[in-house]
This record gives sequence, structure tokens and C-alpha cells, in this order.
Amino acid sequence: MRHVMCVLVENRPGVLAHISGLFSSRGYNIDSLAVGRTENPNISRMTIVVDGDEVILEQIRKQLERLVPVLRVTDFYGQEYVERDLMLVKVAATPAKRLELMGLVDVFRAKVVHVGAREMIIEVSGTEDKLEAMVELLASYGIKELVRTGTVAMLRGNGG
Amino acid sequence: MGKKGAQVFVDTLLEEGVEVLFGIPGGVVIPIFDVLYDSPLRVILTRHEQGAAHAADGYARASGRVGVCLATSGPGATNLTTGIATAYMDSVPLVAFTGQVKTTLIGNDAFQEADTTGVTRPITKYNVLVRHVDDLARTIREAFHIARTGRPGPVVVDLPVDVSTAEESEKASREINLPGYKPPYKPNERQVMLAAEAINAAERPVLYVGGGVIAADASEELRTLARKAQIPVTATLMALGAFPGDDPLWLGMLGMHGTATANYAVTESDVLIAVGARFDDRATGRVDKFAPKAKIIHFDIDPTSIGKTVRPHIPVVGDAKLALALLNQHVRPMARPAWHRQIEEWRQAHPLTYDRNCGRLKPQYVIEQICRAAPERTIICTEVGQNQMWTAQYFTFRRPRTLITSGGLGTMGFGFPAAIGAQVAKPDHLVVDIAGDGSFQMNVQELATAVHNRLPVKVAILNNGYLGMVRQWQQLFYNRRYSATRLEGNPDFVRLAEAYGAKGMRITHPDEVRPALEEAFASPETVIMDFQVDPEENVFPMVPAGGAINQMIMMA
Repeated sequence: MRHVMCVLVENRPGVLAHISGLFSSRGYNIDSLAVGRTENPNISRMTIVVDGDEVILEQIRKQLERLVPVLRVTDFYGQEYVERDLMLVKVAATPAKRLELMGLVDVFRAKVVHVGAREMIIEVSGTEDKLEAMVELLASYGIKELVRTGTVAMLRGNGG
Repeated sequence: MGKKGAQVFVDTLLEEGVEVLFGIPGGVVIPIFDVLYDSPLRVILTRHEQGAAHAADGYARASGRVGVCLATSGPGATNLTTGIATAYMDSVPLVAFTGQVKTTLIGNDAFQEADTTGVTRPITKYNVLVRHVDDLARTIREAFHIARTGRPGPVVVDLPVDVSTAEESEKASREINLPGYKPPYKPNERQVMLAAEAINAAERPVLYVGGGVIAADASEELRTLARKAQIPVTATLMALGAFPGDDPLWLGMLGMHGTATANYAVTESDVLIAVGARFDDRATGRVDKFAPKAKIIHFDIDPTSIGKTVRPHIPVVGDAKLALALLNQHVRPMARPAWHRQIEEWRQAHPLTYDRNCGRLKPQYVIEQICRAAPERTIICTEVGQNQMWTAQYFTFRRPRTLITSGGLGTMGFGFPAAIGAQVAKPDHLVVDIAGDGSFQMNVQELATAVHNRLPVKVAILNNGYLGMVRQWQQLFYNRRYSATRLEGNPDFVRLAEAYGAKGMRITHPDEVRPALEEAFASPETVIMDFQVDPEENVFPMVPAGGAINQMIMMA
């Protein structure tokens, strides 16, 4: 089962290594991990996407809570939340193909952020599924480079 | 002018109540050792940093206080790691200080540089690199707080040399600031009530207790519970002594080398009350055959221990002392005669046994005699392997903190330096390390530490000329192919002891055992006793790895 977890941590050196080390030493798989500062510069927020059964997920949550620099762990599973993944894709785009690609960009509510002689960079954000669909469509044009941030997520309402 | 970091270090340790630290100096900790030179702190110089870590660990286990060790950067720090990992697996409060290269050199592969916080991250409860002298006092106080509260464990504080030599400013912080550290303490009352109801309804309850009972100082509450509700008690290796080994309710240790009575009782129990135990594989054997008929109640201060290998029906997170005290108010007195009759039958049918009449010197006999000759105030340390399991089986532990042994990590070479630490903590106790000839040689250099500090530790080597536990597995499961287990080239332990200025004794016949022990125990010296025991004696009963605990090999 795919779970999205929000982990608030103290923003200091070694914390990311501590968390990723926990996953590797206990044999848990991370699908994605995104981290950045919050409105409080002393606190970072991680969004971790993991796959596992109930027992494993419960252990992951408890193990994370046990780490001293971890302030709070929230498992979004079964709750209402918004999730986004940001992707930049560099696709082969000869002048003849540009218009066609722009059409695709519109459909996905993506953005063209760079146009070169033989390539363009498209920025798109959304759920993982949406990004996968876009990658599939762009593949036929020739993807030269691709980068994704990994999922970030937020509960709807006042929770979190 | 502010205090220098090294002075802050020593002053903060004194404020924390530290009396002794075990360690070895080196380049980047010279400023600290320079301040220690004039301080009231006792410094015990070991001969290897691993010895320092184990000695601090032994000190902590014997006293219940935080053990402290100090080593230099690079190899000093990496040599501590086995000791730190040992303390981590057995939840021992330890603060290990390591020197580090100058902050400006970190990451440059400087001389004697190692990424100590990186190396020790998976084997510590917490670790931290101090980057500024103004953080030093606060960080040290946080380290002690984390090491001794909640589920105890080791903390590493890495100290760059320029932090030790820099002067504190008026901005220096001292107050503990750990917003993410809130160990659970008070148990949930409703859960405790559920546990009491289950116990009151039980016909065949068993208490299965672990090291958490000793860490929480909950032996008295445990005795009250067991006696009030007439619940038989088994324990893991880590909890021997938490319940009196001469009490009629005592079943013996459970698990791979546990007693048949304990293993049968757990298997047949209808309610299993686990207290401060973590369902380790050496205790449970095959998990799906462990206590298959029982409703399981699990008390633990660490939420990650609950449900990790066995999912309990009634989990109770919190301090064992508080939880048991509360439980005792709600548990009803009950006699359970049928259950105790059944247990007595198992006890009569399957006692611990060995060949007592063969005329050869048996290791079990040596331990029985140590148990008889030892005064009330005795602390037993062990190495790891057969010596450890025979000690668990044949020594009667009556009080907590009287057995010091590496349970989780199974660190050979632990016992002797741990005995040194225990003797420092308890100068009025007899401290005996029950050793194997293999394990003892892994930290034999600490003989110098013991002799120089006039620590009258007694080492009883059960010398069988083998890495005995591995040899036993080779005999039973690998067709007697003794690959690399014969310890050829062993020294003459008597002359070795004498070379270090200790007393050496050799015992080859059963009749010599008691007089030798009496002589050794009365001696003010460090004594090495070389018991030349039957070389191919095995530890029984034995549950083969991965087997169900009621399927034991009784004797081969």
C-alpha cells in the first residue's frame, strides 16, 4: 500500500542522512523523499512516499518518531490531502514539432519554460499519475533529460 | 574571558555527577586531558578504546548510572564502535566522547579523521557533532539526558579540537532544548486495566521479562505481581536477576538455551505477560510457534518494540515500574494449583543436567562451585558463547544488576573490560568474569588496566581450547568439521597473568575447584583462573536456530 508521510524535523546537518539511513538499515523502501524548509527556518518538512503493509508502515512511523531530531510524523493514508510532484522535461523539438508539443502542454496545463533551436523544456506539476501520463506521451518525441522533485503533500482542512 | 571548551567539558561532566571516565588520549583530545589532569574526575586509562567503551558499559550496568568513555578522533573513535553497538543493543546508558579534527579540516581527509557521527548513526540513540563552543555545555547535558531517560542507550558527542580550545562567549547556551524528544513515561490506565482483566481471567499465565525490568528498576513490582497472582516467571538473558532465581515461581531462562520448563510453560500459556522484553529471536525461536495459545500482553517503554516481531493483543507503552505498580492494584490473588502442578511435573522430568560422575572437569561444575563460593555481594560478568550460556543456566542470580553480559550484540571480549568497569562502580563487590579462552583473548590487554588500578577482578577461564559455541554447532549441524575453531597457539594463561603482575592459577581436577575459588576470592589481587575443562562439552538444552522453542535437543 502506498503511503504519503509528512515528517517535520529540526533543520540541521545530518538529519537527512539520519532519516535515509534509517530506511536503508531497516530495509524499508522509499519511493520518493522531498525536503525543504518551512515557514520556520529551524524546521524542515519532508514528504516521504513509501510502500508496505500495515505492520511495516506502523514500524516506519514509530521508528521515525523515535529519532531525536524528528518533531512530528503524520501518515496521510486514508485522509483528504493534496499532492504534487514537479517535473522538468527536455524534449527534442524541431521547429516543425513545436506547435504540436504546445498543444500537449496546454492539455496538461504545463508550461514551456525554455525553447531552443532543437529542444524545449516543459515544466509540469501534478500527481504522480499525471506526470507518468505526460512522460509516456512525450517519449515519442524523444526525451533528452528529465528531472522530478518527488511528491510533496498537504492535508486539506486544518490538519497536518 | 570565557572558559575554554576543555574546561566547559570537565565542569559539565562534574555537574552531571560523573565520577570516572574510561579512555585513551590522542592528538585532538590533548586539551581535554590537560584539564582532566587537575580535575577531581577519575580517569582510567585502558589499553584499547574498545576496552574503554566496555568498561564504561560495565560501570553503567553495575551502577545504573551513565557510563562515560573518551577517545581520540579517527581510530580512537572507530575502536569505540563495537562497545557503542554493544550498549545500543542492550539499552545501556553510555555517553561516548570522541575527539574530532578542527572544524575547518572536517571533510578533508585530515590525519586521524573519520566521519564519527556518520559511522555511529545506526548504533546510537543519538549522536551530535559540536560545531561551536557555545553549544558545548548544552549538548553535553542533552547527551546525558537522552542516554538515561526513556529506553536508555548510547550517545556519541564528537568534539573538534578547536571547540575544546576556543573560549565560551556570553551567548553560550546551557538549557536542554530537545523539542523532538519526548519519551513515553506514564502508561495508559485503560490498557493496564485490560491487562489486569486478562490476567485475572487466565488459567495458565506466564511472565516473560526482559532487560527493561532492570533498566526501569521494577524488580520489586515484578516480585509483587508474580507472588500476588502466583504467576510463574521466565526471563531473557538480559533480565536474569530481575526475579530471584531461588524463588519457587522461577522457571529459568527461556529460548535457545533456556530450560525445558520455561519453554514448555511459554508454549502452553494462555496469557503471556511480556515486560521490557523485545521478542528477540534467541528468546522466541520460530515466531509463529511462540506462545501460540496465549493472549499476549506487552509492556514496553519503546513503541517500536511493540509489534516489531509479535503483535500483542494488549500493548502498554510506558515505564515498567509505573505500569506494574498500577497493574498490581488491579490483579487479584489467585492460586492456580493445576498450572503449578503441571510446571512441577516438567521441572522434575527435565532438569538442567550434565554428566557429574565422569571424573573430568566440567564447565557447568565450575559455575556451580562459583555460585556456592561467591559471597552475597557478587557481580558476574561473562564473555560470549558457551561460557555465557552455562552461566545463565547454572548460576543462581538473585538480585538485579548482578549479571553483566552482552546479550543483543553478543560481543566476545566484552566481559573482562566490563568487569573492570563494574569493579570500579562497586569496589565492595566480588566481580567475576566467567570467560572462554577465545573471548578472553579478545581484550586480554586490559589485564594491565586491572592490575595497575588494583582492581581485584577474578577471571574464570573455562578453557576448552576451542571457540566452543561455534564448535558445538559444527559438531551438531556440520558433521564435526571443526573449521577454524581449534584455538591452537593459546598462551599459558598462568604465566600470562604473572607477566602482567596478576595472580595466575591452573585447575585441572574437580577436587581442586572449590579450594582454588576460595583462594582467588579471598585475594586482593587480579586473578586469572585457568580451568582446563572437558573440551567437547556442549550447552543443552538447545533449540536449533529457527525452530520452535518446545522442540529442544536435550542431550547429544
